[in-house]
Amino acid sequence: MTMAALAPENRGLRLAVRYLVLILVALIFIFPLLFMLMNSLKPTEQLLADTSSLRAFLPVGDLSLNNYVDAFRRAPVGTFVFNSVFVTGVTVIISLFICSLAAFSFVFLNWVGRGILLSIIIATLIIPFETIAIPLLLIVSKLPWLGLNGFEIGWLNTYRVQIIPWIADGLTIFLFVQYFKDLPGELVEAARVEGASWWQIYRRVIMPLSGPVLATAAILKFLVMYNQYLWPLIVVQQESYRPVMVGLGYFFQLNVAWGEVMAYLSLITLPVLAFYLVLQRAFIASIASTGVKG
Amino acid sequence: MASKLTTSNSAGWGFAIPGFGLIALFIILPFFFAFGLSLTNQRLISPNPTQYVGLRNYRELLDVAVITLKPLRDDAGALIRDEDGNLEYPRVRDITRSDEYPQYSGMREWFRWQSGDNAKVVIASDVVFMKALTNTLTFVIVVAPVQAGLALLLALLINQRLRAINVFRTIYFMPVVVSIVVVSLLWRFIYAGNDGLLNNLLSTFTFGAWQPVDWLGNPGTALGAIMAMSIWQAVGFHMVIWLSGLQTISPTLYEAARIEGASGWQTFRYVTWPGLRNTAVLILIVITMQAFALFAQINVMTSGGPLDSTQTLVFQAVERGYGKQDISGGATISVILFVLVLSISLIQRWLTRERA
Repeated sequence: MTMAALAPENRGLRLAVRYLVLILVALIFIFPLLFMLMNSLKPTEQLLADTSSLRAFLPVGDLSLNNYVDAFRRAPVGTFVFNSVFVTGVTVIISLFICSLAAFSFVFLNWVGRGILLSIIIATLIIPFETIAIPLLLIVSKLPWLGLNGFEIGWLNTYRVQIIPWIADGLTIFLFVQYFKDLPGELVEAARVEGASWWQIYRRVIMPLSGPVLATAAILKFLVMYNQYLWPLIVVQQESYRPVMVGLGYFFQLNVAWGEVMAYLSLITLPVLAFYLVLQRAFIASIASTGVKG
Repeated sequence: MASKLTTSNSAGWGFAIPGFGLIALFIILPFFFAFGLSLTNQRLISPNPTQYVGLRNYRELLDVAVITLKPLRDDAGALIRDEDGNLEYPRVRDITRSDEYPQYSGMREWFRWQSGDNAKVVIASDVVFMKALTNTLTFVIVVAPVQAGLALLLALLINQRLRAINVFRTIYFMPVVVSIVVVSLLWRFIYAGNDGLLNNLLSTFTFGAWQPVDWLGNPGTALGAIMAMSIWQAVGFHMVIWLSGLQTISPTLYEAARIEGASGWQTFRYVTWPGLRNTAVLILIVITMQAFALFAQINVMTSGGPLDSTQTLVFQAVERGYGKQDISGGATISVILFVLVLSISLIQRWLTRERA
């Protein structure tokens, strides 16, 4: 039986079944987040009582923003959020610059050693961060720094230890290289003939054409940086430098006030979700592009 | 573009060196450093100088032996049985602490099985590490194919031409942007023993016949629960990669299959799947690498328990390298982890190679 032979009501039924499946699957992906959001508005006693029924997912009962207020009282939430936003923002911006500049050099310039250097960078893609975290901890604990306070040894408990090691990575450079390869090389040669410097070509010719790859690289870096957990956990002990994910520990002292936990989780997750919903096409395109020609 | 116009060693190096330098210092150096540290007794802070210890760290982690225990007999030579009728054996401790067997010194029982009247006991010098190793391998072996398969199903589901299909794609992908730390905390509610959401749901569907399970507090279910949650969180990521693979397959191939009267399964088998080969290799390798890195879920949900049933390699590397400041011990586990990731990726690449 072909599709054309189906009676209209059959087609209607098929369509309904398809949507039913899609909706059921959607519920599986959405319910924990719904749970988080709804329960951030309820007092802890009600939250715990509600988990035994569908009420757990509904905005019913004694609703208020008290949990949010209490969360700010319990922990320096503002500091955690600032730290995460600051570290993420600075890393993303510097990373886009350093990585695109390197990729520009690999694709458009001829120089001794570029092939081998690029191969080494691509090879680092198979090193999971988790396998270098411990030796890196030792390295950063001994690195020198010349800052406002003069010369010092050791990067632990700073912003720089959360930023600098994450600026350059193989994937970001690789994404730029892939994108630049598809740009017409004649543009660069023409600019060269007209006497433009390499810096001018990077700045005035290539960067203005790189909107899509900049968005992709920025989104991927943003997700990695904002969701950092293992690294800040082991290199930052001072609360004044802690990011949001590590700050969660504050809510798990003797008596866990689950209402406050839900408020804190919502607070640190909702901005990312909102950002995602607004830019969802770009988010999904950026993940998809990590798969191209892998 | 190997023309004179584009040749410039100074500009080339100048532009590439900041990026390459950072990668060299923060990725390549610690990577090789891990190998070096694993041969020493380096600690994070120590008054004593670091010493070269050869392969001692590896032996302390990896040494495993099988010993055979003969059942105890009484003076008449009859087998001794306890109240339940089980045979009694000498204690493993008596062997691992005895001077007769210096090679077993310091080892502990990992697991045992019965072989005739004898008991075979596997002893390991680091039982917690062995559990971390087997748990991690189990996690990878289950999660990689299941997650890749489910992601493909979702991609096929989303690849239909339906109104508002993008809304569903957006929702399925949503957990990917949420931190795994946040997700792990939320799922503690789902898995809770009393009044957990999952137990309540199962209880509703079985009209109260379901006996509540403490999913994370039970050594038999904890790792499985963490697997299910990890798949839930990450499956949207690989759905998107499958989807981009699906969309590279030419519509004319589907048209041809339709004209030939191919069934849905035949179309998938002979049109869709061959077009997804490269995507499949990539996805398996990416999931494998991510699965080996299992850490945050453990740290937030179980801390390796109950009874070490959710210990993992990264959790152990961090617990030793950071928690106990035993950098060399953590580095040794890191090296073992890397060797595993690399060899499994190579095996996958070989198994899924293009057959001539």
